[in-house]
Amino acid sequence: MTLSSSFSNNPDLDSWLHIHADGRVTVYTGKVEIGQKLTTAFAVIAAEELDVDLDRITVQTADTALSPAEGYTSGSMSMENSGTAIRQATAEARRVLLELASEKLGEPVETLTVTDGDVGGEHTNQHVSYWDLMGDKQFDREVTDGATPKNPDQYRLIGNPISAKGIDGLVTGAMAFVHDMELPGMVHARVVRPPRYHAGLKELDEAPVRAMAGVIEVVRDGSFLAVICEREEQAVWAAAKLAGLAVWDDKNALPSADIFEQLKNNPRESFPLADGVPQDIPVQSPETPAKAAATLSSTYQRPYIMHGSIGPSAALACFKDQGLEVWCHSQGVFPLRQAMAGVLAMPEESIRVSHVPGAGCYGHNGADDVALDAALAARAIPGRPVLLKWERADEHGWEPYGPAMQMDVQASLDDEGRILYWSHETYSDSHMGRPADHGEHSRLLASWHLENPRTPPIPQPNMGFQSGIHRNADPIYDFPDRRIVKHMVRELPLRTSSLRSLGAYANVFAIESFMDELAHESGADPLEFRLKHLTDERARVVLEAAATHAAWGAVDREDGHGRGIAMARYKNQKCFAAVVMDLSVDDFGAITLHHAVIAADAGQVVDPEGLRNQLEGGLIQSASWTLKEKVDFDGGGVLSRDWESYPILTFPEVPTIETVLIDHPDQPFLGAGEATQGPTAAAIGNAIFDAIGLRLRRLPLTQDRVREAAAEG
Amino acid sequence: MSKVSLNVNGHEHHLDVDEKTPLIYVLRNDLGLKGPKLGCGLEQCGACMVLVDGKSEFSCSTPVAAFENRAITTIEGIGTAENLHVLQQAFVTERAAQCGYCIPGMIVAAKALLDANPDPNEEEICEALSDNLCRCGTHARIIKAVLRAAQEIRG
Repeated sequence: MTLSSSFSNNPDLDSWLHIHADGRVTVYTGKVEIGQKLTTAFAVIAAEELDVDLDRITVQTADTALSPAEGYTSGSMSMENSGTAIRQATAEARRVLLELASEKLGEPVETLTVTDGDVGGEHTNQHVSYWDLMGDKQFDREVTDGATPKNPDQYRLIGNPISAKGIDGLVTGAMAFVHDMELPGMVHARVVRPPRYHAGLKELDEAPVRAMAGVIEVVRDGSFLAVICEREEQAVWAAAKLAGLAVWDDKNALPSADIFEQLKNNPRESFPLADGVPQDIPVQSPETPAKAAATLSSTYQRPYIMHGSIGPSAALACFKDQGLEVWCHSQGVFPLRQAMAGVLAMPEESIRVSHVPGAGCYGHNGADDVALDAALAARAIPGRPVLLKWERADEHGWEPYGPAMQMDVQASLDDEGRILYWSHETYSDSHMGRPADHGEHSRLLASWHLENPRTPPIPQPNMGFQSGIHRNADPIYDFPDRRIVKHMVRELPLRTSSLRSLGAYANVFAIESFMDELAHESGADPLEFRLKHLTDERARVVLEAAATHAAWGAVDREDGHGRGIAMARYKNQKCFAAVVMDLSVDDFGAITLHHAVIAADAGQVVDPEGLRNQLEGGLIQSASWTLKEKVDFDGGGVLSRDWESYPILTFPEVPTIETVLIDHPDQPFLGAGEATQGPTAAAIGNAIFDAIGLRLRRLPLTQDRVREAAAEG
Repeated sequence: MSKVSLNVNGHEHHLDVDEKTPLIYVLRNDLGLKGPKLGCGLEQCGACMVLVDGKSEFSCSTPVAAFENRAITTIEGIGTAENLHVLQQAFVTERAAQCGYCIPGMIVAAKALLDANPDPNEEEICEALSDNLCRCGTHARIIKAVLRAAQEIRG
């Protein structure tokens, strides 16, 4: 058994679980719950291995004072890293507990049985419980590879329907998000950002604001501006007043040339990929094989898009006794602590950062920035807890966006319609903008605006397997020859970071759209064409399951109705997902989604409904990106400042969805939270082509795009 | 500051607040009802919705004074963990929540719908929830939950 990599920093068994004397079990994870319900899956895994009731388990999520350090909750790694670690830790704990019970009962481990934490001996008929054996005690040992987790045929919980942990609190409004926290003496704050990224505060007459009811402090440090008030609405009003009074310098307009021109023309660093890993060698030109019967090329484009959390970012901070305590919804409390320690010039140990749920973030949004904002505000009034929330315009205008991207794809077919050669180039800014220890630099927003500012570090090209820009740039199909190139482009206008699936969404959109274009060129059915180039057995099963479930090929469709199929394996090594989308395009070019079928293989399924929820949620979010979303900006700044200027998919626009899960109880978990992002986009594009014969290659695929494409013929 | 009287979840409250204060801050910070969520402050997302005389309304920007002499029901007044409303139970059964931030507003809007129309079709549900945004993509499950609740209410 290979131990989870999460043990390398956290080898002690006590870092992972605690048996309480009163019969409860706390399981610790360094990951965070952000609506993906990993706490449910982790509780199921622990209850299964320990043989205790699910209700006994509490999952403690990331807290720099309590939990194992597991970096960021990102990249669909939580099940694989933390889930596997919890499985191995609880299996180890069970082994130790049974050895203790064996000694106590005078009976060999082999004849002991466990029922809800109660260990019974077959021969002696004596009992002893986990809580008696280990209640409130330490295991005092490291996790070893000596315990074997259960075989799937012994499972009572895993893979069966269960209720989600904590869902009662969500439907009653009783669960406290960080926005809902209250501490004695707590006060409220809001920030006032510059009108543009790089504008500086020139003048400000604070007096009228200080005279307003409830204003405790106006916090001003360079161009960082915040206001603290007794009551929340007072902070909202005072911030609005401050924004009106502040005079900003007018320099540093954003570069406003067409973003796709900038992507192609700006300075860049380019790397060819080998097996998903960038190589520091010169890029060769694409080839045309001698046997090529046809060579096609297409360019696909994605604009900047935003995380668009429904809850604006929020954090609670308090300075006390030279220490700082922060509650926030960051996906990485340990790296955030490092980043904050640098900016605040405090030792890391004197800062505690606890994760408290926020609204879904889908990657690196404002969660970390707001933590620094709250700390800067709280520093002005030591001893008093400060709850700072961003306003909607702060969230829309300042979060780090998913980068604009361009994919240039070219392929050659032989005279039997088989792909001989494939070339894929992706142009993009960095997808890695998360804060950590960056020395003299900082990625935390407010630090750029301070009197003694820090500047963001120059992002370095990520040379890792399937990371950022080149995630899923390499198709899973079999081609005799391929050329995959990553271009990391510099000096682009907007702040960017990790948004659910990173580069995979746009790369898969390009690959799976182009597969359809090639199928069409060779007169083949899109499903058959894919299968002809696909030998990975699990990928074939998933693709065929989606097609079968949707009765692919059997439907006689009305005019304007279309169906598209697409698939990918996230990072070429996580969850396999295929999507079939049915939609219609009316005479005016308006697109309506009707029905979607998802098929997915996420390895061993722990919580089937939780998994479906992630896959379906990914599909709907991706449909929203694909049909509607684009961050607008000009030289003056970001124009998408609310839900009217940045609309997302609404109820009347959502398709019905069916999901088919292919369970492999004997296989490792495969992260699934990002698996449907790419396939959904391409299935929509392919269905539009099927409906009206027009290929749309620039996202979002709007009614205007349909009309433009129709006009171009 | 002035005296404002509010009827919330069947209780009368007399509060000393600035009458221009949007209702949501009074509900959350003075009455401790944290169910209604602050999402946009612009009446664009529905996270703040409460029932006002039985109809779903935004609470994030209309001044508290406008709600005097009206019956306000927040998610807390619809049901509790010990005594879940049929709609809340249906959301649990259908696992119709991911992050859950939008859910109180969703249930409020769905309750207003079912009180007026106990037998809605999918299209009517979508229409009734069209002011409520969900970013996790739980829509399909929310629709199923509302259909399930409607069925159970009709018996």
